[in-house]
Amino acid sequence: MNGAQALWQTLINHNITTVFGYPGGAVIPLYDALTGFPEMRHILVRHEQGASHAAEGWAKSTGEVGVCLATSGPGATNLVTGLADAMMDSVPIVAITGNVPRALIGTDAFQEADITGITMPITKHNYLVRSANDLPRILAEAIRLARSGRPGPVLVDIPKDVQLEAFTGEIPAPHARPEMPAPAQEAIEVALSALRKAQRPILMVGGGAMDASEEIIAFAKAWNIPVITTLMGLGIFPAGDPLWLGMPGMHGSVAANRAITNADVLVGIGLRFDDRVTGKVSRFAKNATIIHVDIDAAEISKLVHAHIPVRGDAAKAARAFTAQPTFLENKEWHAKLQEWKERYVRHPVWSAGYAIKKIVDQLSPDDVLSTDVGQHQMLAAQLARFQKPRKWLTSGGLGTMGFGFPAAIGSALGVPGVRSVVIAGDGGFQMTAQELATLTKYRIPVKIAVINNSFLGMVRQWQELFHENRYSEVWLGDSNPDFIKLADAYGIHAVRATNSEEMESAIEAWLNHDGPSLLEAVVPNEHGVFPMVPAGASLEEMVETHEEAKQKQ
Amino acid sequence: MSANLYGDTTSSPNKDHIISVIVRDEPRVLTRITSMFARRGFNIKSLSVGTTENAGVSRMTIVVGGDDNILQQAIRQLEKLIDVIKVIDHREEKFVDRELVLVKVTITPETRVEVRHIAEDFRARIVDVGRYALMFEVTGDEGKITAFIEQMRPFGIIETMRTGRVALSRGSNADIPTQVYTGGESKSLEPVLGDVEI
Repeated sequence: MNGAQALWQTLINHNITTVFGYPGGAVIPLYDALTGFPEMRHILVRHEQGASHAAEGWAKSTGEVGVCLATSGPGATNLVTGLADAMMDSVPIVAITGNVPRALIGTDAFQEADITGITMPITKHNYLVRSANDLPRILAEAIRLARSGRPGPVLVDIPKDVQLEAFTGEIPAPHARPEMPAPAQEAIEVALSALRKAQRPILMVGGGAMDASEEIIAFAKAWNIPVITTLMGLGIFPAGDPLWLGMPGMHGSVAANRAITNADVLVGIGLRFDDRVTGKVSRFAKNATIIHVDIDAAEISKLVHAHIPVRGDAAKAARAFTAQPTFLENKEWHAKLQEWKERYVRHPVWSAGYAIKKIVDQLSPDDVLSTDVGQHQMLAAQLARFQKPRKWLTSGGLGTMGFGFPAAIGSALGVPGVRSVVIAGDGGFQMTAQELATLTKYRIPVKIAVINNSFLGMVRQWQELFHENRYSEVWLGDSNPDFIKLADAYGIHAVRATNSEEMESAIEAWLNHDGPSLLEAVVPNEHGVFPMVPAGASLEEMVETHEEAKQKQ
Repeated sequence: MSANLYGDTTSSPNKDHIISVIVRDEPRVLTRITSMFARRGFNIKSLSVGTTENAGVSRMTIVVGGDDNILQQAIRQLEKLIDVIKVIDHREEKFVDRELVLVKVTITPETRVEVRHIAEDFRARIVDVGRYALMFEVTGDEGKITAFIEQMRPFGIIETMRTGRVALSRGSNADIPTQVYTGGESKSLEPVLGDVEI
């Protein structure tokens, strides 16, 4: 057995049988060895960025480690965006890269890049494998590391000659699943005593609580605490439940943002108080005692001072909170929240918001919805009603355009039989549109919706509000491809809708098509996303309409 | 009023904090540590690295500039790094810290005796004797070294080299038990910190 064969065998032993990759000179031995492992499914993407996002989509939708593979140099650097994205959103992926033979490392050899150096700040950890005998052990550690504690990306870089070197050891058994740390009972007690006295409590949950949905629901219901789910936490608490207030932050709901400002106790679980959530930090939840539950000690009091820090696993913490509940009646508080909940944006009959509403209304609670980044992302986050966790894949921390489509491919393969839908903008879709070839090659039934407003809409909105309508370099309408023809060129079924009447039938044709299909919704370009908290402002300064935003300028 | 894990950290003054970082002796570990400081905008005022009595384990002494929040963040971010075995915050207990400096001082026939006298007062060792210069080796805490350099300055300092501070906790206990060093597998697989103290 050589290093390459040992690599595949180790992955298979870990029950990892799908890898998203792209061959190249420095990984030819891996691809050669692959032919001897028929149980391993390799998905040939068309750009390594697609491989890394597909691995993320796999990981986010299944909760298991996603794996991507690239060659040295340019192949490896093309993974960088996906790794940075996974780091920001705590997604467990393992990236395997080839490198030039050991003797050539450091010589500026052909297709050489110091990928362990490059990815140091955007991975949880990375390895340069120096001997075939180390490979399975390192790979096993990388897999464990990716999913332990706060999950994240790990890179394993393997010189070509190490892949070819003889492996003489035994392939280690997979590590046991890491035990998540339970919070200290003392910390829980302090938190509970603060909570019992709360008049205006809220619970805020983020992506770190993705596997604590059941416990979060039990906690909120037992205490009667209203729940806010961050962009990354959508689906952890069922949308539409009377206790649900929506999403907080820059494009959050009126109810969520007003609740944060007025709360006297804020329990944050599995979230890191991103600036898009907090607005101006010094005025964030300024009336509240903040109880912050996080598995990563470095997140506690990093941005928002935690009065009561609770370090530990989200599910275990929520369970501990639920053990001695006190039903908090707080009728006035709930009435106030109800009043704020009535205030939401109504979208004009033909607009991006309207089109997205029509789409998300057709989705079942089991469907997985991915998005790209921009206006359509925020609209989808506002309008979709997620009932379950791991049904919403979006790039939150890094805000990566081009994420949605390959992530949807990853989810379609990770949870087969579950519909995988992606909503993208005309800008972002073109960043990874070449993955249409991947859909065709494997007949992956991803449903793509391109919301085409001919603009980089979110940048345009900012230029409109903060730069006196100077629309610098955001017009795409003069050069966008014909998306129907583009899909057709890859052999993919496509339909177009240009108004509300066409939208109904187009959605039906699109979703009911057997196999991959694309829907282009051509929408007017002038609409912005509201409500909005202007950058640098506090949540209290949220504006609810375009006119209000202009007035404030 | 609830106790806070980090104490009251809202308005602490900027000062120098001394920490020790026990690390796995892996390639690039120094880069991992320093790039974390660089990326997060923390200031390393002094850094010294050396091997320890245990193979495969190195020890760094880092002087971090900034307020208490920065110190706490720096420690917690260090503890997240896979190659970091332990971080010791020397505020927690008594410690000894030392720095070594080499100082080359200009001398003339008139100043030679006086320079040597001052050096004796500081217990500085002469490590090189030239016609127009003496080189001294001084070991001590930061204050002593700074004072020595200031005393020598009027005579004409040609150049100096300071090692940066090194520190060890006082007492008979090791900062980290020996068994933690061994066992091969990285400490990444253990929880980064114990439970919070309230």
